[in-house]
Amino acid sequence: MATSPDKTRKATKKPVDMMGKDELLSAYENMLLIRRFEEKAGQLYGMGLIAGFCHLYIGQEAVVVGMQHCLKEGDEVITSYRDHGHMLACGMDPKGVMSELTGRIGGYSKGKGGSMHMFSKEKGFFGGHGIVGAQVSLGAGLAFSNWYRENDNVCLTYYGEGASNQGQVYESYNLAALWKLPVVFIIENNRYAMGTSVERATASHDLSHNGLPWGMPSLAVDGMDVMAVKAAGEQAVAHCRAGKGPFLLEMKTYRYRGHSMSDPAKYRTREEVQKMRAEHDCLDSAKKKLEELGMSEAELKKLDEAVKARVQEAADFSQSSPEPDPSELYTDVLVEG
Amino acid sequence: MTDILMPALSPTMTEGKLAKWLKNVGDEVKSGDILAEIETDKATMEVEAVDEGTLTEIVVPEGTEGVAVNAVIAKLNGGSETAQPAPAPAPKAEAPAPASPAPKHHVPATVQEPVEKEWGPTKTMTVREALREAMAAEMRADKDVFLMGEEVAQYQGAYKVSQGLLDEFGPKRVIDTPITEHGFTGLAVGAAMNGLKPILEFMTFNFAMQAIDQIINSAAKTLYMSGGQMGAPIVFRGPNGAAARVAAQHSQCYASWYAHCPGLKVIAPWSAADAKGLLRAAIRDPNPVIFLENEILYGHSFEVPEDEDFILPIGKAKVERQGTDVTITAFSIMVDTALKAADKLAEQGISAEVINLRSIRPLDIETIVSSVKKTNRVVSLEEGWPFAGIGSEIISTVVEHCFDWLDAPPARVAGVDVPMPYAANLEKLALPQPDWVVDAVKKLF
Repeated sequence: MATSPDKTRKATKKPVDMMGKDELLSAYENMLLIRRFEEKAGQLYGMGLIAGFCHLYIGQEAVVVGMQHCLKEGDEVITSYRDHGHMLACGMDPKGVMSELTGRIGGYSKGKGGSMHMFSKEKGFFGGHGIVGAQVSLGAGLAFSNWYRENDNVCLTYYGEGASNQGQVYESYNLAALWKLPVVFIIENNRYAMGTSVERATASHDLSHNGLPWGMPSLAVDGMDVMAVKAAGEQAVAHCRAGKGPFLLEMKTYRYRGHSMSDPAKYRTREEVQKMRAEHDCLDSAKKKLEELGMSEAELKKLDEAVKARVQEAADFSQSSPEPDPSELYTDVLVEG
Repeated sequence: MTDILMPALSPTMTEGKLAKWLKNVGDEVKSGDILAEIETDKATMEVEAVDEGTLTEIVVPEGTEGVAVNAVIAKLNGGSETAQPAPAPAPKAEAPAPASPAPKHHVPATVQEPVEKEWGPTKTMTVREALREAMAAEMRADKDVFLMGEEVAQYQGAYKVSQGLLDEFGPKRVIDTPITEHGFTGLAVGAAMNGLKPILEFMTFNFAMQAIDQIINSAAKTLYMSGGQMGAPIVFRGPNGAAARVAAQHSQCYASWYAHCPGLKVIAPWSAADAKGLLRAAIRDPNPVIFLENEILYGHSFEVPEDEDFILPIGKAKVERQGTDVTITAFSIMVDTALKAADKLAEQGISAEVINLRSIRPLDIETIVSSVKKTNRVVSLEEGWPFAGIGSEIISTVVEHCFDWLDAPPARVAGVDVPMPYAANLEKLALPQPDWVVDAVKKLF
C-alpha cells in the first residue's frame, strides 16, 4: 500500500537546528569552493584550456554539500555529467578534478575521462556518467552491493528532473523498493533539462511524488538552503541505513549558468536568473547565518581568499600537468592478468 | 590589473563578434555580472565576469567582428585575483610519438591464468549441466559471485540452466528479477563497479538490446574512463542466435555487435567442455564478458573432464578436426554444421580442418593463421548476418597475416541477410546448412 504524501513529506527536524556554527562554516567553505572552482573552470573553458562538454554546477551547491554532511565512510555517491560539485563535496582533490578537465595526466582519469567521466574509488565517488539516467540504475546497483554485503552503507544517487523521465529510472525505483535497497534517489530539479522547462517535459506536477507508487517515502526540499538539505538528507539516510529501503528527495534548485558552456540560455529570462541569484543564493543565506552566529566580515573574507588560492593552485596545476603519454591510449581497456 | 579575454563559448569557436558591452569604463564589476554579449556562428551569448574590480579600459569596442578567442577585450583593476595567465600550450608528455604507428589492430594482450592441458578422465554431460556446474563451482569458491535474471530462481531457469541453484545458494545469491532488462542490467553493472561479481542471465540475448547502453557505455567503458580505477567484473550470459521457429525478434546472433566493442570479451562456446571451462574463466575474469550460449545446444551431450579444477583459457580456439586442404572457422552451433560439412567434403576427397573459435574477442589469430598457412584456403562460417559479421573480421585477419599463403580468395558462409522468417521452409532457407559450406569450399578448388 502506498504511503500517503502527507504522512511522508514532513522533515522531522527544523532546518535551523541541523547545523551548528562549525558545521555551517564547513558547509559554507565547501559551497564556496565549488562556486569558485566552477567559475574558474568556466574561465579556463573560455581560454580554450578545457574543451568538449562542460556542465557547471553554479547555483546548485547547497544540494551536494548538504547531502554530503549526512554521509559516513563507506557510503557511495553517483551522479550525472554535471559532476564537478559532487566530486569536490566528496573530498576529491580540486587539482585532480581540474586536471581532468584540462585533459592532463594529473586528472582523476589520467585525462581519459574528461568533465563527464571521473571517478574516485578512494572517496566513494562512482562517476560522472554521460548517458542521461544511466547512473540511476547503477546507483541502485551500488546500493544492492551494500544490501548483499549486509553493511549499513547508503548510496546517494543524483540525477536531474530531465533524467527523471527516463524509463530505467522507474525500473530502478521498482527494484530498489522491491528489494529494500539503501539508496537515496535525489532529483536535482533545476527546472530546465537543457532548454526544456519541467512544465514542458513532465505531466507530473510534483516530482517528489514520483516514488509513491512504490511506497517510497519522499520529501520536497528547498535545495537552495544547505540546512534544509541536510535536515531532509539526515531523514532519508537514516531511513536507508535502518534497512527500510529507498527514499526519494526532490531538491528544488536552480542553475545560474547554461546547460553546458555552449548554451545561449534563451529559454528563460535574465530577470528570472537574477531573481534567483539575488533572493535564493545558497552562499548568501549561509553567509548571513554565519554573521548572525558571530563570524566577522574579516574572517569570511579570509576564508574566501583561502578558497580562491586553492582554486588558483588547482588551475595552475591543471596547466602544468603534462598531457597523458601516447602509450596511455592503450592502457585500461581491459584489466590484464 | 586583470586582462579580460575573448572567451570561447563553444567547443568549435575560434572567433566571434563583440556585439554589445553591458558595462562601461569605471563600472564596478562583481563575479557573475554580465559584461558583454558575443555573437558566435551559433548564437548570441552573454559573457559573465569571473574576477571582481573596476572596469578600467574597453580594448575592443562593441560591433567589432572577428575577435579571436583569447584576445584581450577589456581590462579590470583591483580585486584579489592576480592576472589571468595567458593560456600556455599544454605541456607535451615527454615521450616522443612512437616511431612506428600504433598497430592497426591493437588487441590488448590477455594473460589468463588457465592454460589448455590434458585434464584426464571425462564424463558425459549436456551443455545445460556444464553451465550449471560452472556457476555452482564458482559460487562455492567466491561469495561475491551471484546469479541474477528472469526466472533463474523459483522457476529453476527458463531453460533449466540454473536448476537447483536456488536450493544450494538461497535467494540472496540466486535472484529472480522482474522483467526489467534496462534496470536490472544497470543494477548489476553498478554492483560490479563496487566489487561484486554478478552473473547476469538474459532469458535470451534479444532482450539484452533493451539494456545494451548499460553493457557498452557503463560496463565496457568505465575502466578506461576511470583511468583504471574501477571496472565491471560481470558475466552477461544467455542463449543467442536462432532457436527454432521463433521468428525475427527472437532469432539473432549478437556476436558481431559485441565483438566490435573494446572493453568487452566475447565468448561463444560449442561443446559442454567449452561451456564449463569457459564460463568458469569468464566468471573469474575481472572484465565484462559476453557469454553467448545457444538454446538448441543446451540439450546436446559431450565429454567433459571430471577434474574439479577443469577450466579453459579465454582467447584460445580449438581445432576440432584436423585437415590439410581447407580451414573452416565456426563458433557455437555452427561448429556442428562445419563438422557435418567436413564429413561430406571427406567423401569427396577434400580434407577440411575445423576450428571452433570459442572466443570471438579476443580472437585466436595464431591458431587461425597457422591453420591457413597449412591448408592455404579458408571459409568462415557463422549463423549471423554477413554484413560486417565475424566472417568479415576472420577474412581481414587472414588477408593481413597470411595473404601469400592463400591459394584462393577467402570465402564466407553466413545467415541470409534478412530478418528471420517464421515459416518452416523459409527459416531453413535462412540458416547456413552443411551443403552451403561444401559448395563454398568446392569453389576454392
